[in-house]
Amino acid sequence: MFPANTNYHRAGSVAEAIQLLAANEGAKVLAGGHSLIPAMKLRLAAPEALVDIGHIEALRGISLESGSLVIGALTNFATIASSELVQANAQVLAEAAGVVGDPAVRNRGTIGGNVSHGDPASDPPTALTALGATYNVSGPGGERSIAASDFPTGLLENALQDNEILTGVAVPALAAGCGSAYVKFPHPASRYAVVGVAAIVGVEGGSCSSASVVIGGVETTPTRASSVEAALVGSDLGDGALDAAAAAVAADFTGDPMGDIFASDEYRRAMAAVYLRRALGIAASRAG
Amino acid sequence: MTTRVFSSGIRRREDPRLITGRASYTDDIKLPGMVHAAILRSMYAHANIASIDTSAAAAQPGVIAVYTGADTEGALNGLPCAWLIPNSDLKTPAHPAIAKDRVRYVGDAVAVVVAETRYQAEDALEHISVEYEPLDAVLNPKEAAQEGAPQLHDEAPSNLAFTWAVAGGDADAAFAEADVTVSDVITLPRLIANPMEPRSAIAQWVGPTGELTLWSTSQNPHIARFLTSVVTGVPEHRIRVIAPEVGGGFGSKIPYYPDEAITAFCAMRLGVPVKWTETRSENYLATTQGRDHIEEVEMASTADGRITGLRTTVYAGLGGYLSTAAPGVPTILHGLMYSGAYDIPNISGTIYGVFNNGTPVDAYRGAGRPEATTLIERLVDVLAAELGMDPVEVRRKNLIPKFENGHDVATGITYDSGDYEVTLDSALDAAGYSSLREEQAQARQEGRLVGVGVSTYVEICGLGPSQVAGAVGFQGGLWESAIVRFHPTGKVNVMVGSSPHGQGEETTFAQIVAGEVGVDVDDVEVIHGDTDLTPMGWGTYGSRTTAVSGAAVTLATRKIKDKSRALAAHLLEAATEDIEYEDGRFFVRGSPDQHKTIQDIALMANVAWDMPEGMEPGLEASAFYDPPNFTYPFGAHLAVVEVDLATGQIDLQKYVAVDDCGVQINPMIVEGQVHGGVAQGVGPVLWEGVVYDESGQPLTGTMLDYALPRADGLPDIEVQSNTTPSPHHPLGVKGVGEAGTIASTPTVYNAVMDALRPLGITRIDMPLTPEKVWRAMQDARNGG
Repeated sequence: MFPANTNYHRAGSVAEAIQLLAANEGAKVLAGGHSLIPAMKLRLAAPEALVDIGHIEALRGISLESGSLVIGALTNFATIASSELVQANAQVLAEAAGVVGDPAVRNRGTIGGNVSHGDPASDPPTALTALGATYNVSGPGGERSIAASDFPTGLLENALQDNEILTGVAVPALAAGCGSAYVKFPHPASRYAVVGVAAIVGVEGGSCSSASVVIGGVETTPTRASSVEAALVGSDLGDGALDAAAAAVAADFTGDPMGDIFASDEYRRAMAAVYLRRALGIAASRAG
Repeated sequence: MTTRVFSSGIRRREDPRLITGRASYTDDIKLPGMVHAAILRSMYAHANIASIDTSAAAAQPGVIAVYTGADTEGALNGLPCAWLIPNSDLKTPAHPAIAKDRVRYVGDAVAVVVAETRYQAEDALEHISVEYEPLDAVLNPKEAAQEGAPQLHDEAPSNLAFTWAVAGGDADAAFAEADVTVSDVITLPRLIANPMEPRSAIAQWVGPTGELTLWSTSQNPHIARFLTSVVTGVPEHRIRVIAPEVGGGFGSKIPYYPDEAITAFCAMRLGVPVKWTETRSENYLATTQGRDHIEEVEMASTADGRITGLRTTVYAGLGGYLSTAAPGVPTILHGLMYSGAYDIPNISGTIYGVFNNGTPVDAYRGAGRPEATTLIERLVDVLAAELGMDPVEVRRKNLIPKFENGHDVATGITYDSGDYEVTLDSALDAAGYSSLREEQAQARQEGRLVGVGVSTYVEICGLGPSQVAGAVGFQGGLWESAIVRFHPTGKVNVMVGSSPHGQGEETTFAQIVAGEVGVDVDDVEVIHGDTDLTPMGWGTYGSRTTAVSGAAVTLATRKIKDKSRALAAHLLEAATEDIEYEDGRFFVRGSPDQHKTIQDIALMANVAWDMPEGMEPGLEASAFYDPPNFTYPFGAHLAVVEVDLATGQIDLQKYVAVDDCGVQINPMIVEGQVHGGVAQGVGPVLWEGVVYDESGQPLTGTMLDYALPRADGLPDIEVQSNTTPSPHHPLGVKGVGEAGTIASTPTVYNAVMDALRPLGITRIDMPLTPEKVWRAMQDARNGG
């Protein structure tokens, strides 16, 4: 596999990276290289230049700051999956990070690269959207943050503007009493999610006080299952309530469907209900 | 030292270098002045080439030359098909190394760029402009054989490369008189071999002497030399083919490809060494694939389950051209095996070899036999369901009884030895068959879909007597040769013409020598894969290397032993007939203290200070072994699956393999072969299959789309064995390289269909992907 010629620039800081992007039209940001490099090797992508941010140590690491997990863009999936901070405060994200690709991918692929690439069948964006995460972005105009739910604007398109770099994600810690789970139907070859479900439920006084449910793999951007959430809140989270809530998901698929030779859009929607029910069962068992 | 090294599971000596990355493959080789080739491949499955403009590519940085079919035409002969099956109206249309007027599959070579670096060559490919006139394409082998289908070759009407028949007994009468008949249509998807190492070639041409050296990822370097000579016109004695470390083949590195010929052509034109290595994407387009069968099959039986007849009509896709051994795979290696492990008195089969607009199809692990075993074993299950019998009982009723020296079956071949019921019983015992059926009944009560699949198999391997090779149109011999050479220090080199590439014969052949003459196994080094260093041999495929090449090693070592005995007699001043041998020592009968070790003998033979009258110096022997018959390993496998009613996903929960491959030289290697084979045979049942769109574009062009078996999809594989020696082999060995692949496809397919039986589902095309199974379940529920 032989990518086309490209110019390589290594950035020492976020500011330098932004300058390099501005100075090199058509440049792409390189982090872990697990989405971009395969595309280049197939010559599906042939950027004029690469700006490598992989050596900016400030972009690596996980901390808990005033009730939010802050995860640097260069943090890899294996680190997130095994982080006690993430497991304690956002279990659904630890689980999603733990089922990305295979061990080699998890040791090398980064959360920032993953979110920026925005593959609709990837696991972390689904979990991050359910968690109500925000993405921290730096660009020529300074810093800003974008809600995970506002980030994708279409298939492999997002709200990043020219020369902006995603520097990290901020994840509100789950409240006490919340249970969460990520459950996935992996494609047998790519290991991307045919369906991935992130479910978070809160319990107060024996009934469901909050619910956040997001599904990946079925539409071109993560699907917020509002009907399911509405059905859950106020319920007792018993088997009957969870069955009814999962069955409500059909109404939530209003976006652009996805299908391929392995799984049609119809099958993905049907499997979403199955996997949703499984995710709800696990999340409910962890709540309270 | 007493060494019971023969038949012990010692570790493979190949592994340390392979698993630590120290092995040197073709692409690792760098020659002084070497340049790099990249091949432009057709993006159309079927098109006429209106024009090609290479001028812009030729002007790119680093580009040394650009060649098209106009350059190679006349300079390279067409690629030969080397298995010309008789009585089949075989058509062998021209197969130019580079397509000039017409392309017939996505991946057909159209041009080659040679540049100083591979990157430059790849960049320049994008500057070649080819004007194509697209033609309709056809992929389904049955559709391709119908009137009105797009035609690939003028000389092959209805795209028929051949029509081959097998017959024994009177199948039509058997069906007319049968109490019960059942039928099915079985598809075996097109499979990508996926060796870890893609193909590669380096050609070096020394103009002044007219010598061509080709490093090549070949399973059979001597055949590659022979065919390189045919295609390039360089005489065979001036060609050296070296197959260095070869990282897997599974059959896909048997054929002689356009790419090697193109690489040699470039080196000969330019006078510098040229390297070509395929990318994984090219491997998915240009390396031969396997299977691609549509099988319409019927079985006839008595009311109590005695199988009386088998009829088949098979459409075998061959791709755009005939690959080297392609015609033999769905015929000789397939149709002759229609009796399986059973006495089926009446058999008739018609096999249509069909050109289609896909990558050429050739041998892939099992080669014809998984396709045969699947149809037989599936029909037995269908028959059992029709009769309301346990499928194991139908099998038991029809198994060929134990035989030790020859059993004729209706297809005209003679199995060497077999004890089929023992392997079936062992598999049933190991799996706890009767309790499995009870658990299944319980699961069905609970609404769970649990299935049990059983398959027996017989495979034809140890290919094979050369006389038979000739009779069935194989354009070569199938014997093997070996040289065993003792050095003065008693260390040994063994040179073989076969070319192991992962099967472990560097270890097992050393075990043979150690077992025969008592040297330490570490004192034996096995040399293979270089036509200048090794004697003639026909290569490593068809589970034949241990069976055939191993026999040659055995016979050569026995010649060493005979000479050693005579030399020992001379040195011990005794008669040769009074010399006894034990554990590497030759001694006078009754006086074991008076002895010469094999090392003593090796030293004396090499210095030759005191040799008997008329005895030549040296301790070296060669043997040529042409087997008197094929070998026929066999066994029985069992699998348990559960199908998820909600999703159609299949969980393969248990797998038991009981194989009888004759005498085992190294049981650990046997077990490894079974493990890998089983995984590869499960692949097409659950995951694998090339998918093309209507225009012939492959939709499974990368490993992101083409699903290979992975460890997390497989259970622990329980491996057991039994030993029924081959009566005609010097060591009693039969071969095991393909056994797992042959048995596991029908075993797991039967298990899934057994799980789905309560829903009334009787067939789903492989691979049984979750959506297909889910849809079948939806349809069954809606229909019922």
